[in-house]
Amino acid sequence: MQGLEDLYREIILDHYKNPRNSGTLESPPALKNEGYNPLCGDEVTIYVNWDGDKIADIKMAGQGCSISRSSASLMTISVKGKSLEEARGVIKTFKSLLSLADDHETVEIQTNEDLRALGELAALQGVVKFPVRIKCATLAWNTFSQILDEIDATI
Amino acid sequence: MGTLPEMPNLNELSFDPKVIKKDFPIFSQNRDKPLVFLDSGASSQRPTSVLDAMDDYYRTTHANVHRGVYALAEEATNRYEAARLKIGNFIGAPNPSKEIVFSKNSTESLNLIANSLGHGYLHAGDKVVLTKMEHHANHVPWIMLASYLGIKLEFIDHDEQGRLILDNLDQTLDGAKVVSLTLASNVLGTITPFSQIAQVAHSYGAIVVGDASQYVPHMPLNVKELGADLVAFTGHKMLGPTGVGVLWGNLKTLESMPPFLGGGDMIADVRLESYTPNELPYKFEAGTPPIAEVIGLGAAVDYLNNLGMQNIANHDRAIMKIALEKINDRFGDTIKIYGPKDYKERSGCISFSFENVHPHDISQILDLHGVCVRAGHHCAKPLMRELGVAATARASFHIYNDEDDVDALVEALAEAQRYFS
Repeated sequence: MQGLEDLYREIILDHYKNPRNSGTLESPPALKNEGYNPLCGDEVTIYVNWDGDKIADIKMAGQGCSISRSSASLMTISVKGKSLEEARGVIKTFKSLLSLADDHETVEIQTNEDLRALGELAALQGVVKFPVRIKCATLAWNTFSQILDEIDATI
Repeated sequence: MGTLPEMPNLNELSFDPKVIKKDFPIFSQNRDKPLVFLDSGASSQRPTSVLDAMDDYYRTTHANVHRGVYALAEEATNRYEAARLKIGNFIGAPNPSKEIVFSKNSTESLNLIANSLGHGYLHAGDKVVLTKMEHHANHVPWIMLASYLGIKLEFIDHDEQGRLILDNLDQTLDGAKVVSLTLASNVLGTITPFSQIAQVAHSYGAIVVGDASQYVPHMPLNVKELGADLVAFTGHKMLGPTGVGVLWGNLKTLESMPPFLGGGDMIADVRLESYTPNELPYKFEAGTPPIAEVIGLGAAVDYLNNLGMQNIANHDRAIMKIALEKINDRFGDTIKIYGPKDYKERSGCISFSFENVHPHDISQILDLHGVCVRAGHHCAKPLMRELGVAATARASFHIYNDEDDVDALVEALAEAQRYFS
């Protein structure tokens, strides 16, 4: 069906049906943050084990639609093992992908090569055409971003 | 109130939804595919006569009401007050000129009630009884009151089909100062046994409040028979404009209540450090009211009266029956339908979910078929928690919906199910 393929790429459906890093981490020691989308009732909880240098482990729990769940799943893969700075870089890239980054933060994504470099995350680009669903895609990322702020405050 | 007589067949109705659609300009706009609007529970569409009434008022008669002595202002006031009488008569108000208060929507009407009763009538420790299926509009204002006044909230429970459980009603209502509940659930579609509950509540001396937002658009309401002291409903779900809501109250209750908002029009006199409230209903209408919207709502009431509310209720029942049958036939055990199984116990809407497809995704795929349904928590998060879901999809109906709309819904749902299987 025309239009649908842009939104529901195979990668998205795969991550929705088989979410990666789904579950919980014992908290504490894991850092934990809950996010809600009051419009649709979606809920996500992100757990992060920070070893002092990098994100040693990350898990996500909660309930949501295919976009919100797959976006959370893709996020955990993209940031696992990353340093604080690297993880913030991934967030910037993701926001640029959805045209949400502030001008000075926008990461150029113009060529197919840029897109390839994003890996599976690029599958979320189609969400741009469905503005109502952008909040679904960003829920886990905003929730995760607040954990990074928390880590930042302790360094 | 309660259940209405059986209405077996759409073909036996006194009006044809296809003809009705022609009165609603939104259905004749150019689109890729025809509009299948199944979200009237959130907000209905409105007929040309309502739009014309508001447009005509602005073009020919606008001036502020209750103020000017010039002819134009008097004409504006006359139109505004004529709409008040019309709306009051529509719900059988014994004293429509005094008992009908205009607000912004049901939410504001219910906030007015909670705030006003919270100033003098309710005190710390007093019991307010609600149900577990209230819209946030009839729940959060009472939670707010509980947080700053210390009132206690209790809830009438319901069974797995969303029917209120009345076994312990006496125990629950004993000592209640306020009992406030919906006449028809915006999620489950349940028509509640409101009058029965009101009778018991009154025997304990409680003030009884009805949220009729989902009831008034679909069924005849007569406040003389209902047994409520105060009733809230909104214009935009009953073919009227947004921005106008109604509070009806019996004279005794309204007279005992202090004003909610202060300002112009709600006063009889003001001195530097004191004021005297105006008479009913103006004491509850501070500031310039939504004049055009009230006149538009009056035109909506004319439209509904012209069709006849009993005929509209018959259509509601018929479409509910056929939609439940067709959805059950097609999807069987793969779909979960919330609320009463018997169509005669429900009104207006059907909430549902598929096991493996999130309501948001259902709604998205339906949208590509031109089918508009609501997906979300329907402003009833406590109920959603109890149902064990974050969200449901909801198809809701009004007079312009016919069997073709139901078929379009079923086909689009089948597509959504295929896509995510």
